[in-house]
Amino acid sequence: MSYVPHTDADRAEMLAAIGVERVEDLFHDVPASSRFPELRLPEPLSEMELMAELEAMSEENMDVGHYPSFLGAGAYNHYVPSLVDQIISRSEFYTAYTPYQPEISQGTLQSIFEYQSMICALTGMEVANASHYDGATATAEAVIMALNVARGRRKKVVMSPAVHPEYRAVVRTYTQGVGLQIVGDEVGSRSLHDVASLVDGDTACLIVQTPNFFGQIEDLSGLAEQIHAAKAMLIVVVDPISLGLLKPPGDDDADIVVGEGQSLGNGLNYGGPYLGIFACREKDMRKMAGRLVGQTVDADGKRGFTLTLSTREQHIRRERATSNICTNQALCALAAGVHLAALGRKGLRLLAELCYHKAHYAAAQIDALPDYEVLAARPFLKEFVVRCPVPVSEVNDYLLAEWGITGGYDLGRDYEHLAGHMLVCVTEVVPRGDIDALVEALAEVAEEVGR
Amino acid sequence: MKADFGIRCSGAEPVIYELSKPGRMATTLPQLDVPQAALPDAALLRDDVDLPEVSELDLMRHYVRMSQLNWAVDIGFYPLGSCTMKYNPKVNEAAARLPGFARTHPYQDVHAVQGNLRLMHELQEMLKEVAGFAGVSLQPSAGAHGELTGVLIMRAYHVARGDMQRTRIIVPDSAHGTNPATTNMAGLEVVEVPSDARGNVDLAALESVCGETVCGLMLTNPNTLGLFEEQLPAVMELIHGCGGLVYGDGANFNALMGIAKPGELGFDVMHFNLHKTFSTPHGGGGPGAGPVGVAELLVPFLPGPVVALCRCEEAGCDCQEEEGVHYHLVMPEQSIGRVRSFYGNFGVLVRAYTYMRALGAEGLREVSEMAVLNANYLKTRLAGVLPVSHQRTHMHEFVVKGIYPSAPDVHALDISKRLIDYGFHPPTNYFPLIVPEALMIEPTETESKETLDAFAAALRAIGEEARDDPELLHEAPHTAPVRRLDEVRAAREPILRWQGG
Repeated sequence: MSYVPHTDADRAEMLAAIGVERVEDLFHDVPASSRFPELRLPEPLSEMELMAELEAMSEENMDVGHYPSFLGAGAYNHYVPSLVDQIISRSEFYTAYTPYQPEISQGTLQSIFEYQSMICALTGMEVANASHYDGATATAEAVIMALNVARGRRKKVVMSPAVHPEYRAVVRTYTQGVGLQIVGDEVGSRSLHDVASLVDGDTACLIVQTPNFFGQIEDLSGLAEQIHAAKAMLIVVVDPISLGLLKPPGDDDADIVVGEGQSLGNGLNYGGPYLGIFACREKDMRKMAGRLVGQTVDADGKRGFTLTLSTREQHIRRERATSNICTNQALCALAAGVHLAALGRKGLRLLAELCYHKAHYAAAQIDALPDYEVLAARPFLKEFVVRCPVPVSEVNDYLLAEWGITGGYDLGRDYEHLAGHMLVCVTEVVPRGDIDALVEALAEVAEEVGR
Repeated sequence: MKADFGIRCSGAEPVIYELSKPGRMATTLPQLDVPQAALPDAALLRDDVDLPEVSELDLMRHYVRMSQLNWAVDIGFYPLGSCTMKYNPKVNEAAARLPGFARTHPYQDVHAVQGNLRLMHELQEMLKEVAGFAGVSLQPSAGAHGELTGVLIMRAYHVARGDMQRTRIIVPDSAHGTNPATTNMAGLEVVEVPSDARGNVDLAALESVCGETVCGLMLTNPNTLGLFEEQLPAVMELIHGCGGLVYGDGANFNALMGIAKPGELGFDVMHFNLHKTFSTPHGGGGPGAGPVGVAELLVPFLPGPVVALCRCEEAGCDCQEEEGVHYHLVMPEQSIGRVRSFYGNFGVLVRAYTYMRALGAEGLREVSEMAVLNANYLKTRLAGVLPVSHQRTHMHEFVVKGIYPSAPDVHALDISKRLIDYGFHPPTNYFPLIVPEALMIEPTETESKETLDAFAAALRAIGEEARDDPELLHEAPHTAPVRRLDEVRAAREPILRWQGG
């Protein structure tokens, strides 16, 4: 099965029309010594056999549907309403290409325009693009944009250590060839205030995250003023669900807002495909990367939508483009747009509050255990840090083996000073019974493993 | 006039905010089952968020109606050159939605996600085999992302050897715009080389820029003219001879499966476009996946984590099991680092894996053979209609000059727009830049002879219209949901979000 429709007669007719005898004759430009290599691959399977094998493979996993999970750390288990998958499963959306021909792509274009509009509303920013690969690459592109806004004259980037460790790693990967000084996160425990004080006249941008990687809500008031005084840009990494409740970074004068949009209508999918949210100010939009959809009119004066400001992009500007990005995550952005519209003004707030109350209930119960402590120096939304009496890996092994529970993220993986600390995430999908089970299990861990 | 749009010309679909009415909602949320906690200080909170409020039915109708304004592979022929708009098999979608895959968290312990890791490892192995490479990283999420990864790998290789002066990347003038844009992102300098009269890289020009400052060459093969590089061994010798590396842009790999292995042809690194060659859907512009394959000498520099297999009975395995096989996530020792969060677009990887397992070795070779047969057949059918850029045997695509000899005022754009009225998506137009009025046509292997014949007939008929009634073409399309859009206005007075009714 190769999804090829040709009959033998078709092939013969086509070869005759071309004027060759055999298909092999079409490949004479390929060096003869390398032509038609053997491929050692598994034998092809029928659809039925293939699905049986894939199902079996998928069942080797302990998925969050069967094993209650308290993992977050940048990938969140939120409920995805059924209508989201119904819409993104429509062939007209998912088998279309990038909307280069606007006359026959109004569906994709308008849905992106609506997504851009809703992201602007959510973040309090003026312009949002059609998406990046994920939150980490959106953050890296934000750094590159800040460097471009500074016309390459500023070579220092300041990052809070409380920005997701993988996002910080990706910023370093992306910029390894351009000779930057990246500072701020060498000390894992550095406060936002101390990080901000590193911004100087050579700094292109400061990157902060709220709620930060530890789940804590950062207070951004007055921060932009300080950063702008040094003529640097403030980049804020956000979680879109939290923005149902929290003040948008636009209100705190952020210059660029980025984030992981997976929480909106996209499942966990073992880390991808996800959705990079990217929003900025109108004055900087010509320096931003990625696709933008704009509203215009057609030859009859009727409203329509088209890709616009594309002179920033690689297919026109080549080496002077703002980025090499072309493919983005349009279908994930569609899912996010559908989810946002389904929740609407009231629903997003309610969803954020559900997470808030459940996370606080869980935190209070865990904090009441004799051997555990919740670090609650700052307010949090759906994630919080727990100091455990035994190494987190041992806690998690016990939880999974004895209780079928997937525990939280081991912060010691990334932060030396947080060895033995677990990042616990509670969203609306976790019923009270599962929280109570976690609390009971943690108490048992302290007894059994701690002994 | 064959294009069929459900609500064509029936009036514009409102923007979702225009459907909003306070108090409506299109989903339900569970009751709170825990005590309420005090909310944080009001200074941290917002009063309101300006999202639309719609009912579930209104929401469905809105999106379904919008979907009907789109062209798509499942509606009709989509011969976009360089984009490989082949059929997206439905079993792929079913596979990616299996709950055991879809509901796994990227930070679960590796022992809890062995199914995922096995799939990823087998996909790494299959991609290595098909392209003749020693290592693959699945992390890059798109073609351009794979390019950036590949160029950073080449740079890291030279840097690790202390060869710091290698800062130039050679890019042929037929290359995708992403090649020079990527080079710039990586902090390297672009050196463009021209193509010769047969559409190959101009060897003399290439030789003149080779030297000890060359980091590498980015080569698309077959190139964007749809032509296999005739002097490939000489190109490889020049670049490798001056100490450079050769990057393969895998956008056109649909021509090569079972035909030749890029690794054996001398390429040191290449990205795969799983959303082209391996049939995963384009999604209206993503998500795709752009895994990168490398030759032995570049394996340590791959981005990670990558999936490694450990046989438990062998020394060095830390699973503490007596026997069996386990999969782990490892970071290559001199890795350029992560290029995104987590491990790649896993959902896309599942689809590509499903495709490769459905086809096997023979099926993949048949794909490339038939893609090339289709392109050459369609080119033959267009003889005497539109001039082809180069008189050679083509691979999976070809470029014609979009000018009918009898109608010089009708341009490639007009032909493209008129094709819409005939029920076809236009080819890629005005690319590659080295062919004036380029129309780049890639039929793919999943299209039937009947479709190709109908497309050729349409271009022939449009040629007659161009001669007899050029205005008809200048004003096309006539049957699409909207007419030509004022793109100048869109760029001069940007309206990038809904700003109220």
